[in-house]
Amino acid sequence: MRAMLKGIAASDGVVCGQAYRLVEPDLNVERRTITNLDSELNRFHQALEAAVSDIETIKTRATKNLGADSAQVFSAHIAMLQDPELIAAVEANIKDKHTNAEAAVADVTTGYEVTLQGLTDNPYMQERISDLHDVTKRLTGHLLGVTLPDLALIDHPVIVVTHDLIPSDTVSVNPKYILGFITDVGGRTSHSSILARNLNLPAVVGTQDATEQIPAGETVILNGTRGNVIVQPTVDELATARRAMQERAANQKRLESLRHHETTSKDGVGVMLAANIGTASDLPAVLENGAEAIGLMRTEFLYMDTDQLPTEDEQFDVYRQIVQSMAPRPVVIRTLDIGGDKPLPYLKTKHEDNPFMGERAIRQSLAHQNIFRSQLRALLRASAFGNLRIMFPMIATLDEFRQAKAIYDDERSKLTTAQVPMGKVKVGMMVEVPAAALLADRFAQEVDFMSVGTNDLIGYTMAADRTNQDVAYLYQPYHPAILRLVDRIIHAGHAAGIPVAMCGEMAGDPIAVPLLLGMGLDEFSMGAGAVLKTRELIGQLNAHDLQSLVETALNSASTSQEVVTMVQAAVPGVLQK
Amino acid sequence: MEKREFHVTAETGIHARPATLLVQAASKFNAEVSLQYQDKSVNLKSIMGVMSLGVGQNAEITITTDGDDEADAMNAVAETLKKEGLSD
Repeated sequence: MRAMLKGIAASDGVVCGQAYRLVEPDLNVERRTITNLDSELNRFHQALEAAVSDIETIKTRATKNLGADSAQVFSAHIAMLQDPELIAAVEANIKDKHTNAEAAVADVTTGYEVTLQGLTDNPYMQERISDLHDVTKRLTGHLLGVTLPDLALIDHPVIVVTHDLIPSDTVSVNPKYILGFITDVGGRTSHSSILARNLNLPAVVGTQDATEQIPAGETVILNGTRGNVIVQPTVDELATARRAMQERAANQKRLESLRHHETTSKDGVGVMLAANIGTASDLPAVLENGAEAIGLMRTEFLYMDTDQLPTEDEQFDVYRQIVQSMAPRPVVIRTLDIGGDKPLPYLKTKHEDNPFMGERAIRQSLAHQNIFRSQLRALLRASAFGNLRIMFPMIATLDEFRQAKAIYDDERSKLTTAQVPMGKVKVGMMVEVPAAALLADRFAQEVDFMSVGTNDLIGYTMAADRTNQDVAYLYQPYHPAILRLVDRIIHAGHAAGIPVAMCGEMAGDPIAVPLLLGMGLDEFSMGAGAVLKTRELIGQLNAHDLQSLVETALNSASTSQEVVTMVQAAVPGVLQK
Repeated sequence: MEKREFHVTAETGIHARPATLLVQAASKFNAEVSLQYQDKSVNLKSIMGVMSLGVGQNAEITITTDGDDEADAMNAVAETLKKEGLSD
């Protein structure tokens, strides 16, 4: 049925294609008594083979995207499907009780689940129940004649329709076949949106019910610039969408010519354009898009995509690879930013009523120093291979920074004594807590650099969770209150002679860029997909002229909308897209 | 038949990754390979069996191999235990 869905414009671009539903099918199993035992056993073995083949494909993709270590979990899944005891138990169930294969699989795997649940003194093994579930679902799917969808199994160009994407979905993405994303939930800064922008793929998020409205294989037009989706478009609409796709391809080509250029404003002010990354698998996109540095490497994935703390050596390998591939360009690596909102299954974290204001990021690192110290040692060892900068997240007080820095100094001097080779390392902080932004002039006396983390700075300043759709409207990067904080940080840095960067989504936002350039921001770090567009935009702007725009926006704007109007008036034409 | 005792030193015990590698190592041989922990014995070619034992740190385990290639099977298992830092 024809339908028009409204959502949030999460990643620019228009694309049309067939829908691929990344939605779990109905896997309810009914119990039957069967008579033809041989054919039932045969059916079971065929489903086992099909499930193993799926997981092999997923594993290959994960290895390609993230390396062999991250793909380990899939080897365990395959071993489960090839488990001789499990297979024998299901066969016995079919043969002795004449149970259909689906029910026999359910009975046997439920038995194992009960055993794992009983290991109360080994919470780690209890966690493996989720692996058993994954495998059982895939096997049951094949018995019911449906393939459990997975991004890694996509083998032709499609638009992915799903409830939401999670960070680990990055593992399975093959950008060659994915045209865009449509999700039920989320906002501009949720993981789905960040993933889409990193891959430079159009996306509409927060449609509420796309997964209910769009059947598998249906033709849809996704407009990631306007934030809408047309299901069963007309011939005219399709023609318009195809033209937009061609235009986009042409645009992309023009932008690619800027790949090896420096970033300079029309009046000759040079800035640095950097990329944000989460894993080593993001590196190709960084280089393809001509980023001049890595302005933020999040280290959470190293800790989240695994079932135990990564060892110092494992971390060292990843950091070294990234630092070395970028050398001599700078790489800013942020120490672990994790806490109650993203608990690690293998760490016993306390329940917190308000995790965003709880023991996260640097607070967690200072409270659990063994984890922090091992990360710092891995980073220091990697510093010998390029231009590394270390950044502490969520610093609220000078005392926190001093404590973290003292631990860093301590590990550094131990490694020096052990004659471990290290490079020069700058140590800086994220400014994302309003208290730190207000006191930036004091911090600037002690840190080597500051980087404004706008996603959290806006969240904490407006007291709104950006992933909560009901209050997402409060996430206003151009709000005069935010602009005043950012301007204050930049001035404090420059007064102390240190560079100021920005590594939130705001740094690649075409409305914010003229303001930031006018304020004198030194480094803009964003999803790799936005780098070339921003380089082109900055090349069209006159940095000195923008200072008066900044003055007006800071001193006389009262609302976000007023700021937008001022920017559009000051740089006509540039922002009309 | 070969029989050898090991002391599990790894902090996490025999978790999913080494369990998978142990199963993969054992499955290469014809010999029956079993893992005994406390009063339970499981087939070391069965990952569900190995995981359901919940072998933790400082556990004393016994590996038994029985068959024409039992010596090779024992060596392969012992090597995996060592390589994964599970046992000395």
